[in-house]
Amino acid sequence: MNIRMLFLPLFVPALVQAQIAVHGETVYTMAGPPLKDAVVLIKGTSIERVGPASEVTIPAGYKVLTAKVVTPGLVDAHSTVGLAGIFNVPHDQMQLEKSSPIQPELRAIDAYNPKEDLVAWVRSLGVTTVHTGHGPGALMSGTTMVAKTSGETVNDVVVTPNLMVAFTMGSSVSRNFKSPGTRSKGVAMLRQEFLKARDYLKKLENKDPEKRPARDLQLEMVADILRGNVKALVTAQTAPEIAAALRLQKEFGFSMVLDGAAEAYLLLDEIKAAGISVILHPTMVRTGGDTKNASFTTAAVLRKAGVPFALQSGFEGYVPKTRVILFEAALTAANGLSIEEALRTITIDAAAILGLEKRVGSLERGKDADLALFDGDPFEYTTRVCAVVINGTVVSEMCR
Amino acid sequence: MRTTLLILCLSSSLLLAQEQPIAFRGATIYPIEGAPISNGILVVEKGVIKAIGATGSVTIPANATVYDVAGKVIMPGMVDTHSHIGRGDGGDASAALNPEVRILDAIDVRSTSFMKALSGGITTVNVMPGSGHLMSGQTAYLKLRRANTINGMLFCRDPLNDICGGMKMANGTNSIRDKPFPGTRAKSAAMVRQLFVKAQEYRSKVQAAKGNPEKMPKRELDMEALVQVLEGKRVVHHHTHRHDDILTVLRLAKEFGFRVVLQHVSEAWKVAKEIAEAKAPCSIIVLDSPGGKLEAVDIRYETGAILEKAGVSVAYHTDDGITDSRLFIRSAAFGVRAGMSREKALESVTIAGARMLDLDGRVGSLRVGKDADFLVLSGDPLSVYTHIEQTWVEGMKRFDRANPEDLKYAVGGYDVYGYPESFDACEGGLQ
Repeated sequence: MNIRMLFLPLFVPALVQAQIAVHGETVYTMAGPPLKDAVVLIKGTSIERVGPASEVTIPAGYKVLTAKVVTPGLVDAHSTVGLAGIFNVPHDQMQLEKSSPIQPELRAIDAYNPKEDLVAWVRSLGVTTVHTGHGPGALMSGTTMVAKTSGETVNDVVVTPNLMVAFTMGSSVSRNFKSPGTRSKGVAMLRQEFLKARDYLKKLENKDPEKRPARDLQLEMVADILRGNVKALVTAQTAPEIAAALRLQKEFGFSMVLDGAAEAYLLLDEIKAAGISVILHPTMVRTGGDTKNASFTTAAVLRKAGVPFALQSGFEGYVPKTRVILFEAALTAANGLSIEEALRTITIDAAAILGLEKRVGSLERGKDADLALFDGDPFEYTTRVCAVVINGTVVSEMCR
Repeated sequence: MRTTLLILCLSSSLLLAQEQPIAFRGATIYPIEGAPISNGILVVEKGVIKAIGATGSVTIPANATVYDVAGKVIMPGMVDTHSHIGRGDGGDASAALNPEVRILDAIDVRSTSFMKALSGGITTVNVMPGSGHLMSGQTAYLKLRRANTINGMLFCRDPLNDICGGMKMANGTNSIRDKPFPGTRAKSAAMVRQLFVKAQEYRSKVQAAKGNPEKMPKRELDMEALVQVLEGKRVVHHHTHRHDDILTVLRLAKEFGFRVVLQHVSEAWKVAKEIAEAKAPCSIIVLDSPGGKLEAVDIRYETGAILEKAGVSVAYHTDDGITDSRLFIRSAAFGVRAGMSREKALESVTIAGARMLDLDGRVGSLRVGKDADFLVLSGDPLSVYTHIEQTWVEGMKRFDRANPEDLKYAVGGYDVYGYPESFDACEGGLQ
């Protein structure tokens, strides 16, 4: 017996897809106040019904799972797992291509490994949907995608290919590339690239097909950002970086999600005025470099200001190789957010930023049957995740 | 003017010692060595614990300042057995083995990282040089008193003659580098053995001199430190991850008879029996996920529980900046999450660590006569919702969450941690 199996469900257990009923002492549907003593009925891959146990009869033949607390499967609003691998050696680090600082045409689906151990790890801790892909560190590093965390091939798991293009405004770009060597040079390069893409779009509209430009994958992707088909996921931590990102967005009018945003509390009015959403850094991000001014209370500050936001596990270049959004959200619940508000940042609010609020992030009839089952308050360190259901299939049934 | 200055000087020296007795009344007290006391009383005077017990069983001195802390929890200040706070350094790239190097010569007592640790309830810390060397130097056992120089933080009295810390060693991949470093694991062990053999010879010469200064060998700082190791007076803190590397450490410790605390020990759960047989205590870390370096791919939350079951002494550490000192107590909670007993988990951040540093006579539990290092918490120590409200060191309040100037260290924010702290400087610590 491989002792490793005792600890990490690296292999997919015998998958049970049947009609399932999940009975929870408390069910956080995220579509209303939490329900006490409630049942979630699952039929096939979707949620059939949610309601108090007194009203919902579990039909005969349903497999019944019970738990103290039930939540929607967790949605990690921004990660790099599946491109970034557990070993942290060149062959499993696919999140950053260093041949050029602007390569938006690199698609996450061409590099995502659904069998990656880090994916299994976050799944075992309740994450059922992950927004992952190219990482920070280039001006445009490539696209991101949304995937479910269980499946054999990328085709099985992909929910949204090419959801966003990952941008980075910070100093890490200059560490990875000879040029840009400064942040202002980086912004100039981005502006030039958008101007080129605008030009490319204009030429595409030429009535004479002969005069249209040859296909250019790089410009096509930037043009897709300008056309609103793909969003810009702009990692900016310090106030000057955030301001630069907002300026760029205003100049070119693309749809942007602000990522990281360690100093967001300094620019609340500006962020609100831009009407953008924020995917906030992991609460436990190291307070060094661009994130030296990070605060445990930024989530509560954003909430109070009415800025739509979600939490992320982000990218880690060292140990731990991924963070776990459950634990990142727990710390926001200890620093100013209510339990439900903290849960929103890793369920329905995350889904909304990914444009998937009709499919995941809450327990409602017709939505994907993705659930996490806990043996207590989800945020307590000593509470364990005891079962995970994805698309109506029990993918993990071991408390950890 | 002169008078004012004099008074200022006087009061600042008063800051260094607690004179008036202080009593805390009504809290649930976890003495650690002993059952929890509900509705307890803790009396501290002159920096040490004067009395502890249930209400009714303890007399509060008439001149004591009394704090009503009903509903709160009091536990000992925590002991972090492996940290890189304080902006220190260690051996340089000129040699793989640097027993003569002392981190106490480089620590900056004004580093904000000490406030970070205090806000996380850490009052005693083993500050170590990094793991990029087979032997990166002497560690420093520090008490987080307010101090103007490093002497004010040391446990030892005289850094020239006393033993003020342990000896940091490492094996596995971190210390495998270009020359003069070893290129393989076997070479690593051979280099360490050769050095200890030399130290044994040096010790023989010292012994043969029988105190006669004429016959003593020439003073060698590296040899002197290693003789302390050979004599069991200076504990080896050995960074090691993989199960085979762990066994190599145990083999060397047996050959040369040094006392060792196994540090990190990511794969301890695979060789728990062997560790137990060697009676080697383990100082371990909780990482939210495995991986990030090859040797830490098999790190598990369950390590603490498995070691406890095997009868091994377990302490947690932060390895700050690898994990954050502010969240140290979370380690114990994760131990419980993965099967540790509550009792051992609380010991693992207090008395177990104190024993590993030979400081259990002074810190790590609340007992009459021990240092008055303790925390006032808002509730169950293992709950995410609990905050450390106050951190006291030798009867002096060093952190108070109610004070905004202190609170900022607990939550972070603009310009709180202005220095880029030790993450790079410590060579990644766990790296």
